[in-house]
Amino acid sequence: MSSAFASSRTNGSEIVKELAFFAVIALLMSVMILGVETVDRPTGLELAVRWDLVLIAIGSTVVGRLALIIRREAISRLVQALLITATAVAVFEMFVRFRDMDDRWASPVVFDMAFGSALSIVLAIAFVAIVFAIAYFSMKEHGVAEVDESTKLSSKIQLAYRSNTKKIGLVGIIFFIIFPFLFGENRSAIDLATLVMIYIMLGWGLNIVVGLAGLLDLGYVAFYAVGAYSYALLSQNFDLSFWLCLPLAGIFAASFGIILGFPVLRLRGDYLAIVTLGFGEIIRVVLINWYDFTGGPDGISSIERPSFFGLADFSRRVPDGAIGFNELFGMEYSSMHRLIFLYYLILALALVTSFVTMRLRKLPIGRAWEALREDEIACRSLGINPTNTKLSAFAIGAMFGGFAGAFFATRQGFISPESFTFLESAVILAIVVLGGMGSQIGVVLAAIVMIGFPEMFRELAEYRMLIFGAGIVAIMLWRPRGLLSFRDPTILLNMSQKEKVAGELK
Amino acid sequence: MTDNKLLEVEHLTMRFGGLVAIDDLSFTANTREITAIIGPNGAGKTTVFNCLTGFYVPTEGRLTLHANDGPRLLERTEGFRIPRNNGVARTFQNIRLFTGMTVLENLIVAQHNRLMEASAFSIAGLFNLGRYARAEKEAIEKAKFWLNKVGLYDQADWSAGNLPYGSQRRLEIARAMCTDPSLLCLDEPAAGLNPRESAELNILLQSIRDDQGVGCLLIEHDMSVVMQISDHVIVLDYGRKIADGNPEAVKNDPAVIRAYLGEEEDDELPPEVAADLNVDPNAH
Repeated sequence: MSSAFASSRTNGSEIVKELAFFAVIALLMSVMILGVETVDRPTGLELAVRWDLVLIAIGSTVVGRLALIIRREAISRLVQALLITATAVAVFEMFVRFRDMDDRWASPVVFDMAFGSALSIVLAIAFVAIVFAIAYFSMKEHGVAEVDESTKLSSKIQLAYRSNTKKIGLVGIIFFIIFPFLFGENRSAIDLATLVMIYIMLGWGLNIVVGLAGLLDLGYVAFYAVGAYSYALLSQNFDLSFWLCLPLAGIFAASFGIILGFPVLRLRGDYLAIVTLGFGEIIRVVLINWYDFTGGPDGISSIERPSFFGLADFSRRVPDGAIGFNELFGMEYSSMHRLIFLYYLILALALVTSFVTMRLRKLPIGRAWEALREDEIACRSLGINPTNTKLSAFAIGAMFGGFAGAFFATRQGFISPESFTFLESAVILAIVVLGGMGSQIGVVLAAIVMIGFPEMFRELAEYRMLIFGAGIVAIMLWRPRGLLSFRDPTILLNMSQKEKVAGELK
Repeated sequence: MTDNKLLEVEHLTMRFGGLVAIDDLSFTANTREITAIIGPNGAGKTTVFNCLTGFYVPTEGRLTLHANDGPRLLERTEGFRIPRNNGVARTFQNIRLFTGMTVLENLIVAQHNRLMEASAFSIAGLFNLGRYARAEKEAIEKAKFWLNKVGLYDQADWSAGNLPYGSQRRLEIARAMCTDPSLLCLDEPAAGLNPRESAELNILLQSIRDDQGVGCLLIEHDMSVVMQISDHVIVLDYGRKIADGNPEAVKNDPAVIRAYLGEEEDDELPPEVAADLNVDPNAH
């Protein structure tokens, strides 16, 4: 079939023929599945006809095919990207309509969302912008159209990004710092931002192991679990405060990192992945079965919430001898205070993770990690101890996982082994891979895409997972090395970063 | 001549199961000299290097490195400690650079151990304390010296993988030299180089020998390199040493010629075959 449409330029009637062909196929496929529905009426089962759904299916097929034709027919890349964006929005729109059968003919959902609330505006813009950006940049490598201007534009954007990483990072940090002021009263926004921030931190932690040291770790969630259970158990059994347990959780997780590291030192690639996967499962299975110690599948509940650095308490009813956070600052009591405090806490932890990682990259240990990823034998011949180097990567990565775990436990107040399944490891790894291995900002973007979007579009029910899957496939097709897969040198002699990037883009 | 002995290999034997890769090999290499190890393919040359640099543990034998502070036994040292503590550096037959990292980073990684100490195992380095900053500056100076030496200063910020082949070979030598070795093992450094590049290589290796005072062990098939720059040649065949001496002597050694060109009798055909071939072409 494809050979029939392979010619580089097709005339109008051929395009119409092609569209008609796909419309017929869409009709044949949708008429029985979507077009007819059995309805349970008092009189018995009846067939209801749903031509509008069939029309939507045919319509979106034709629009999609048209977009492909336009791509094929060498039209300006900007127009192509716009069309692909429009198609994506149309498909998205259609999925929403499938869900809300009642107001099928109401105003477009995207429109509603865009004007619903401040958060939704950001969401809608972000969604459209990301689809557009992916469509646009993907054509850099794969576009049939070789339009010089836009090629230049895309390299300009890349150059601007890569030579201003610091500024972009700073803007991002400022945005995350003022975020609670923008959405101060919106409980779900702060909650979601906290959740995304946990995954950003986990992504940055895993980035040390996978992105820098090149050790594929499928069991990262084990360290997260160790951190969470360390805090929960220490706080329950020994009544230790969160601020004391936080470093302890990190130390415990790091020791588990070393324990995992030892047996897998000789392994690499797939074999390493399998062993780490097994390690993650072992931790989970131990947590489930060691009932006396961990509470088994019941988990640990009513874990102590963090205090304001041991000075004040966030509860409505302050325990004897303590003062409330609102009293300390002379404010009205609000349950949002704790949420915002938790948000800033995880933000601070994540920023520490990022700062330490970026600093380590420029230190001998970080360079040795990267060298180890590139060639272990060469490392040995230069006198680098591969054992210690690998173990340090495992330990430091695990330590940040442990911090995040302790935070998770104190935020949730309840933990059980169900929070630490393999799926979590896979999500964290996906964040690192999608973001572009070793890229700090990439991890942030990927965490927003992977965690933020599915949560934001929760109203789309199971369709969000469909769109999510399609998005992942799209990223893997067009940016197989991740969204931002550039390695910035840790040290430059002659060139500035800008010149270096410009040279590479030539 | 014997008082500047650098490396002493005594009765080195390496067996892989039933295969004897090196059989009772003994030789010495001197400091400020280039010692070439040559031999047909599969003679065990690279295996000698792997034993010297700790990738293999020899089955038998003693490998003594006469460092400034006394002799050290290489076969008793854990692999990665040989370059770190004993000053044996090597390059590889198939270049092993850190291709994704820049040329400069490759040379800085080579100085890992000194920098690691200066950064107090990353703790002081994390806060950029003065001692680490100084050590890093020194490391960059050393890298610059070697970049100039191998003519890669202008490409210092390139990814190592983007360098042309000949430059990659030179970078690998520079990287090995950045570890401050007393013995440099070069595994076919001229492989894949054009004549001009191998002439440049000769100059570089001579300078490493004369200016840096480093002893070089050289595995090489390119005889123009071997005969011009080496002070001492060892010939291996099937894991045994068949000749040892200065280039001129080795070149004319009948055992060496036999190893490379085969036994003369082998070239002769068995009598019955010869008889068949000798049938008069005009017979039919």
